Amino acid sequence: MNLTLDIWRQKNTDTKGAFKTYAISNISEDMSFLEMLDVLNEQLVEKGEDPVHFDHDCREGICGSCNLFINGRAHGPNIKTAACQLHMRSFSDGDNITIEPWRASAFPVIKDLVVNRGAFDRIIQAGGYVSVNTGGVPDANEIPISKVKADQAFDSATCIACGACVAACKNASAMLFVSAKVSQLALLPQGQVERKTRVERMVAQMDAEGFGACTNTGACSIECPVGISQDNIARMNREYYSAKAKSDNLE
Amino acid sequence: MLLNSKIPEGPLTDKWTKHKFNIKLVNPANKRKYDIIVVGTGLAGASASASLAELGYNVKAFCFHDSPRRAHSIAAQGGINAAKNYQNDGDSVFRLFYDTIKGGDYRSREANVYRLAQVSVNIIDQCVAQGVPFAREYGGLLANRSFGGAQVSRTFYARGQTGQQLLLGAYSALSRQVANGKVQIFPRTEMLDLVKIDGKARGIVTRNLITGKIESHSAHAVILATGGYGNVFFLSTNAMGSNTTAAWRAHKRGALFANPCFTQIHPTCIPVSGDHQSKLTLMSESLRNDGRVWVPKAKGDKRKAKDIPDNERDYFLERKYPSFGNLVPRDVASRNAKEACDEGRGVGPTGLAVYLDFRDAIQRDGKNTIEAKYGNLFEMYEKITGQNPYEMPMMIYPAIHYTMGGLWVDYNLMTNIPGLYATGECNFSDHGANRLGASALMQGLADGYFVISYTIGDYLASIPIERINNDHPAFKEAEANVAGIITKLLIIKGTRTVDSFHKELGKVMWDYCGMARNAKGLKFAKEKIREIRAEFWNNVNVVGENEELNQTLEKALRVSDFLELGELMIDDALNREESCGGHFREEYQTEEGEAKRDDENFSYVAAWEYTGDNQPEALHKEALEFENVKLTQRSYK
Ligand SMILES: Cc1cc2nc3c(=O)[nH]c(=O)nc-3n(C[C@H](O)[C@H](O)[C@H](O)COP(=O)(O)OP(=O)(O)OC[C@H]3O[C@@H](n4cnc5c(N)ncnc54)[C@H](O)[C@@H]3O)c2cc1C
Ligand code: FES
Repeated sequence: MNLTLDIWRQKNTDTKGAFKTYAISNISEDMSFLEMLDVLNEQLVEKGEDPVHFDHDCREGICGSCNLFINGRAHGPNIKTAACQLHMRSFSDGDNITIEPWRASAFPVIKDLVVNRGAFDRIIQAGGYVSVNTGGVPDANEIPISKVKADQAFDSATCIACGACVAACKNASAMLFVSAKVSQLALLPQGQVERKTRVERMVAQMDAEGFGACTNTGACSIECPVGISQDNIARMNREYYSAKAKSDNLE
Repeated sequence: MLLNSKIPEGPLTDKWTKHKFNIKLVNPANKRKYDIIVVGTGLAGASASASLAELGYNVKAFCFHDSPRRAHSIAAQGGINAAKNYQNDGDSVFRLFYDTIKGGDYRSREANVYRLAQVSVNIIDQCVAQGVPFAREYGGLLANRSFGGAQVSRTFYARGQTGQQLLLGAYSALSRQVANGKVQIFPRTEMLDLVKIDGKARGIVTRNLITGKIESHSAHAVILATGGYGNVFFLSTNAMGSNTTAAWRAHKRGALFANPCFTQIHPTCIPVSGDHQSKLTLMSESLRNDGRVWVPKAKGDKRKAKDIPDNERDYFLERKYPSFGNLVPRDVASRNAKEACDEGRGVGPTGLAVYLDFRDAIQRDGKNTIEAKYGNLFEMYEKITGQNPYEMPMMIYPAIHYTMGGLWVDYNLMTNIPGLYATGECNFSDHGANRLGASALMQGLADGYFVISYTIGDYLASIPIERINNDHPAFKEAEANVAGIITKLLIIKGTRTVDSFHKELGKVMWDYCGMARNAKGLKFAKEKIREIRAEFWNNVNVVGENEELNQTLEKALRVSDFLELGELMIDDALNREESCGGHFREEYQTEEGEAKRDDENFSYVAAWEYTGDNQPEALHKEALEFENVKLTQRSYK
């Protein structure tokens, strides 16, 4: 198939970016979306032009590196599909495809489609863990956990931290990301001891990073490539208010 | 050079306990005076960084990813082994040890493997304490499955995303230490050289991938946890960025590279669909627990799978290996699939695929049960191929997956360069000539949580506490070396893209140093690689500059190292005139076409020493001694 691509090009954080149009032909429907970009980049390099920079690594929807805003949607047209899992059979000959980076002030553009998502790491550093050192922990089967709870915790734990939730949200809120980690640990017995301080700290860091407020539009969950549910946000709100209510927690 | 594996004396079962008692300790008050560099934040690197920081050392952790959580470990699917014997099915530390040694076709060290089996149980405890949501039974206890040819159920798993959950556990421990100020993280930073002072590893030189700045970092010890080199084949199941650069640059500074030709080919990957293919996707091996592998009996049978009646199907693994059936080890399963395709019985548009069929399992257990077990894998398959595996069998073909070879390390995980350690897939240590399923995660975490935290203290306690400034001439020399390589690449401005060279190299490696190898092919490949390398340095086109995010330059640096490593792999494969595990030399096979080892002449670790650009490498041999297992011809009949 033959396609027209409008791609956001931006030299670096301090330079203004703009769309540039590229025509590309002979794209097979078995190609992945990123392979289509590989083809474009090979052609650009052959012409001595700088290829389109984008983050990617696993190319199977698990590392959370890829972050393309395709035709106005985070990760493109298919639900529960990361950009790297998208295949060209989802497009048709003659299509015009717009490709942009995540747009959020907490995710500054580094170059072209590559953004800085360091804010997510800092939110986890604020409390997204159970404080255990290596060694000296109980035997694994001394902590029985109901399968239902374990499965729920697992569902929350599958977040890949790609940032699609932020990109999809008109307020650029990071609530889905933060609530997924808060939920996972709030559901598990291991997470109980630090349950209150964790949610307070993580939310405080989220606010400090400049993410927007949540107005429950649900776009985050719809665009999430691994289907993290909006229930996590409700749970985090409960966790947060109950922590705040008896704030014996933060200094 | 004398290779001293430093295996402790005494009976196998006591070695590690005794060793931990005998090694020197660093005084707790002094730990904060030592700096440790950890390159890599996958399972091996993140676990080591967190554990060392918890002990009080200052850790600097580096990764080329934008976040430590994106390391290739995140993609591991099937599970992690541990000798817990929770299922009461006869597992034990000794059995896990034995299976690993045998599975590795007797080309690994008994002492290392035994220790691995011992600490495997602690790993599960640790991960559960961190909140890793492993699969559970209704009673609330942990579930297990049997995996990759094991006859006991010792594999712990978190649906098909075990690597993700384990890595996120290690990443959370790491993040906690960042918050505590004990770990400093350098994301999007690539190590490009190792710095040695007085023969000891004292730091690294890195490139900031956003600004291009070349920087020096000094420390008392350096740990490389930079993963495997499967991407030398271009197409593999590894993440796109996985590379050999850190290990290779250390090799060029004197670290020995062991058993480079031991690479693992995984039998269940989605077949190649065309020239555009950028990587291959693994379908977890756990699928072989319920899926049956077959091809049509007749050559060139183009009927749809469902139109081929049972008596015209060849379930070749079940036929040839009645006791292990579809669960034979990876090397055996892969080779048999290749054979079937070579005979013209392959399926799919390219003929390079075999079926993995769930029809019978679905009939037996119901669609819901199969979905609960493999739902996400089936979804993944459908996303990539557009085909529904509940209705038609999957098509699979072997692909490069894992590299058993790597930097040579002793029992303490130290390379032959004092103060330089290698952990996880980056070292060669525990899997011999073939790794069992679910054992890489185990090894990475064993190394990082439970081994290096002890053994590094022994070394640190023996060296002066003074820091070395990073303006020492050795750092300047390494910086100049790195800058020189980059400049050289940028000025060529030839006519071919980096990827075109990488693909060309990959094809040579796959054709001549892949599933089956022979002397003639290997010699041809060696010449070919030299030609490709020469052309690369004359005709590659690296656009852009150093002082910016430049993914073309990143790739070029990595490919330049693959072009050298590839030749060493060929040399190693040529040298090893036997077949063992993943290394199948066509000249050395049994009458039934199975791998034929030569224990008399090749029961050693081949450790290669770099001797200069375009010079033949020097081979050093570490003899393998087996006191606790009897060497047998592996048989899975
Ligand atoms: C698809 C797939 C499925 C798998 N499934 C399983 C399984 O079910 N069970 C199992 O046991 N094993 C499995 N494996 C194998 C296992 O995942 C890997 O062997 C293991 O995760 C490697 O971990 P590591 O920490 O050694 O390296 P990696 O996870 O590869 O981490 C390497 C790290 O080093 C960094 N790095 C590399 N080079 C540099 C450099 N020059 N400078 C700075 N940083 C650098 C990277 O950024 C990264 O952080 C699987 C592998 C694949 C490909
Ligand atoms: S590249 Fe890893 S999720 Fe897309």
